[in-house]
Amino acid sequence: MHDSKSILLHLRTTFGEDGVYEQKTIDQIPTVWVSKNNIIAVATYLKTFYPLLYDLCGVDERDRSRKNGLPSADFTVVYHFFSFDLNDFIRIKVGLHGEYPSIPSITSVYVNANWYEREAYDMFGITFEGHPHLTRILMPLTWKGHPLRKEHPARATEMGPYQLYDEKADIEMEALRFKPEEWGLKEHSDDADFMFLNIGPQHPGTHGVLRIILQLDGEDIVEAVPEIGFHHRGAEKMGERQSWHTYIPYTDRIDYLGGVMNNLAYLLAVEKLAGIEIPDRAKTIRVMLCELFRINSHLVWFGTFAQDLGQLSPVFYMFTDREKIFDIIEAVCGGRMHPNWFRIGGVAQDLPNGWDKLVRDFVNYFPKQLREYDKMVMRNSLFKARTRGIGIYTREEAIEWGVTGAGLRACGYEWDFRKKRPYSGYENFDFEIPIAHNGDCYDRAVVRVEEMRQSLRIVEQCLNNMPEGLYKADHPLTTPPIKKYTMQDIETLITHFLNVSWGPVIPPGEAMSCIEATKGANSYYLVSDGNTASYRTRIRTPSFAHLQMVPYIGKGYTVADLLSILGSVDYVLADIDR
Amino acid sequence: MSTAQHIWTVIGVLFVLLNIAAGLIWVERRLLALWQDRLGPNRAGPLGLLIVLADTLKLFFKEDWIPPFASKAIFVVAPAIVAGTVLISFVIIPFAPNIVVADLNIGLLFFLAMSSIGVYSIVLGGWASNNKYSLLGALRGASQMIAYEVFMGLSLMGVVMLSGSFNLGAIVEAQRDLWFVVTQPVGFLVFFIAGVAETHRLPFDIPEAESELIAGFHAEYSGMKFGMFFIGEYLGITLISAMTVTLFFGGWLGPSFLPPLVWFILKTFFFIGVFILLRASLPRPRYDQLIEYGWKVLLPLVLANLMITGAVALYLKDS
Repeated sequence: MHDSKSILLHLRTTFGEDGVYEQKTIDQIPTVWVSKNNIIAVATYLKTFYPLLYDLCGVDERDRSRKNGLPSADFTVVYHFFSFDLNDFIRIKVGLHGEYPSIPSITSVYVNANWYEREAYDMFGITFEGHPHLTRILMPLTWKGHPLRKEHPARATEMGPYQLYDEKADIEMEALRFKPEEWGLKEHSDDADFMFLNIGPQHPGTHGVLRIILQLDGEDIVEAVPEIGFHHRGAEKMGERQSWHTYIPYTDRIDYLGGVMNNLAYLLAVEKLAGIEIPDRAKTIRVMLCELFRINSHLVWFGTFAQDLGQLSPVFYMFTDREKIFDIIEAVCGGRMHPNWFRIGGVAQDLPNGWDKLVRDFVNYFPKQLREYDKMVMRNSLFKARTRGIGIYTREEAIEWGVTGAGLRACGYEWDFRKKRPYSGYENFDFEIPIAHNGDCYDRAVVRVEEMRQSLRIVEQCLNNMPEGLYKADHPLTTPPIKKYTMQDIETLITHFLNVSWGPVIPPGEAMSCIEATKGANSYYLVSDGNTASYRTRIRTPSFAHLQMVPYIGKGYTVADLLSILGSVDYVLADIDR
Repeated sequence: MSTAQHIWTVIGVLFVLLNIAAGLIWVERRLLALWQDRLGPNRAGPLGLLIVLADTLKLFFKEDWIPPFASKAIFVVAPAIVAGTVLISFVIIPFAPNIVVADLNIGLLFFLAMSSIGVYSIVLGGWASNNKYSLLGALRGASQMIAYEVFMGLSLMGVVMLSGSFNLGAIVEAQRDLWFVVTQPVGFLVFFIAGVAETHRLPFDIPEAESELIAGFHAEYSGMKFGMFFIGEYLGITLISAMTVTLFFGGWLGPSFLPPLVWFILKTFFFIGVFILLRASLPRPRYDQLIEYGWKVLLPLVLANLMITGAVALYLKDS
C-alpha cells in the first residue's frame, strides 16, 4: 500500500535530495518542490497514484515577503494532484527563474493540463514547452501583458481611459475571426466540405457568453473549439488587492448560482491559515444555506436544461420554487443571489426569529414538486430520447479530464467531497451519494434530481438539530472584529480599529480548501505573506474542467445533441472565466 | 351565389381570418401564461387584449431591413409565400352550409397542393438569408415538411374513401350520422401530428429550434417580413384546426341550439387550444428522430389504415 510518505520517499530516491524539497503547509497537503527538468518524470510517476490533475496554476513569487526558507524562484508553477485511493492531494511546485520563464508541458501525461497551462501562460507569460496550442485563453488575443504578474496594473484607473478607435475596433474584430488552420482543422475532407458554425458568444443555448466553433459535416460535429474568457473579470487579481474580508462578496459572483457556497470555499482556506475554529452553530447555519443554494442551483439547471430541449414550461415552475428558497435566503441574509453572508470565523448574523417556520414550510412543500417534475420531465419519453445515450463518458475518461461532482457520479463513481473529506461538519449529517451508471446526459440529470432530495434531507436535519451557541468564533481575526471591550480598553480599541479599517492580517502560509460545490469540486488556494490581502488567490472551479471536456464528448453528435450535452454539463460562465 | 355575395364572402373571410391570426398572439400568450403559472400580457386594454394592436403596430413601424448579404428578391418574396398559400387554402373550407369561398370538387387536393407550395417559403427564406443558421433551418424544414406531406396526404385518403368525395362540403355532409374521428381515429391522429409538423410548431419547431438554431430560417427577418412568417404560422394553426374539424369532427354540424358557423368556430378554437397546449408541454425531438418517427412509425400506420379502410369500404359496398 502506498501512502503519501512512501511516494515522497520514492521521489527523493529517484530525483536526489537536491532536486526535491518538502515544504510544510498549514493545510496538511504534502507539498514538494521539484526541479523543472524533472516535472514530466514526476508527473508520470504520480499519475499511477494521483490520476486526477486537480489544478494547475502559476504564482509570481518576485514580490513575496516572508518566504520562510523556501527555495528561491521568480515564478512557481503549482500542480495539485488528487488521489481517490489515498483520498489525498499532493502539491507539486516547480520554481522558475527569469522574466519570462519556460517549463515542459505535462499535457502528454495529463490531457486536462491543456487549458490550465494556457491559463498560466496567459496570466504569467510562462511558456510551456511542448504544449499543443499555447495561446491566450481568458484574455483577448490582443491583450498586452500578463495580468497576474505583479507589475501588471490591477485597477482601470492605472491604465488610462479606454478608447475604441475605428482601427482598434477593426483589429479586435479581426482577432475574433476564427481561422481553422490555426487549430489544425481542414475546410474540406475527401468527400465533403465542412461548415464552420459559430455558436455564441450570443446564443440562447450557451447560457452565457460562451463561444463554441463547430466544424460540421452536415449537422454532425467533426470538431468543436470552445472559446472562453468573455466573462473574465479578473477575480484572482482582485483577491490581491482586496482585504481578506472585503474579498468575500467577489467570491459570491464566481459560481453565481452557488451563492454563499463560494464564500464557504474561500473562507475554509482563510480560516485554515488563521487557525480559527468555527463554532457548531455557525457550521450548521453554513451547511443549511449551502444546501439551500445547491437546490437553488439545481433548479435553475433543471429548468434551463428542459428548455434547451424545447420544453417551455418547467423552467417557470422551477423558478417559482426557486423564488420560495430566495424568500428564506432573503429573510436570513437580506440578499438573494449574492448574499455575501459568511464571514471569517462564522456568519454575519444569527438566524432571525421565525426562520424555522420558513424552512419547515419549504421542506414540507418541496418533495411534492419534485415528484411532479419527475413526471413532467424525467419520465417524458421525448426528454429521454434527447438525453439517453448522448454525451457518454466513462469513469476513467471523467477522471482523465478532471470531472468532479454530478458528472463523475453519473459514471457510477460514488465520490462526494462532503462524505469523503468532510468539512464544515458534514460528517454529522445523514445523507446518501446518488449515483447513476451510464454517464450520459440523462444520468447526469438523474443524479442532480436525486441530489436535490438529499440536500433537502440535510436542510431538514439542520432544522431539527440546530445547535445553540455562537454564530461567529471568538477569535481576534474574525470579521467584523469583536467589539465587546473596545470602549473599556485602548488596546482592544486599536486592534478593532485596525481590523476594521485595514482588515485582519492573516498569518503567512499556504492553504487550500476543497468543497463539493453545486457543480463539482471548488477550491481556493491562498498564499499569504502576512498581509492584509492575499498574496495569491487561486480559484479552482469545476466548470472550467468540465467545459474543457465538451469537445471530446461532443464529437460525432449533432448540433441538437450538443445543446443537450452543454445543458447536462451544468456550467456557469462566471465559474469558468472567473 | 351572386357575384356580390361572393365578394362579400371573400372579404368577410379575409377579415375574420386576419383578425384571428392577430388575435391568436393574445390567445397564445395568455393561455401559455395560464399553464405556466404566470400572468401573461394584461396591461394594454381590457385583459391585455390591445397587446395585439401594440404588437402589430410595432411590427409595422420597425425598420424594413434587408441584410446586405441576402438575395434581395427571394428574401422579400419568401414570407409572402407562406402567408399567401395558407390564406388561399382557406377558400375551400366550408365554414357553414352556405359560407364557402370556392366549392371545389377537388377541395382536399387543393389544400394538399397549397401546403406543399408553402414549404418553399421556408426553403427560400432560409436560403436567401445567406446565414448558416438559416440554411440549417431551411434544410431541416425542407426534409421535415416533405416527409410529413406524405403522411398528411395518405392519412386523409381514408376519409375520402368513406365519403366518396374530395369536396369538403360533401365530406361534412357525410358525417351527419357519425363523425369520421370515430371511424378514422388513426387517420385523425396522423393528420393532426402531420399538421403540427406542417405548421412547424413545438414540439416540431425544428426548422426554427430556438435553443439550437436561434430562429432558424427566419433568423435574419425583422419588421413586417418577420410579421408575415408570424401571421403565416398562426394562420397555419387555424387552417390545420379548421381542416381537422371539417374532416374528422363534423365541420359545422352540431345540435341546432347554436348556428352552424358558431359550432365550426368553437370546434376550431378547441384545436387551436390543443396546439398551444402541445407547445406548453412537450420537448422537441431531434431532427433525425422526427424524420425517423415519420417514416418508420407513421407511414406504416397510415398505410395499414388505408388498406383496412379500403377493405371495409369494399365489403360494405358489396353487402
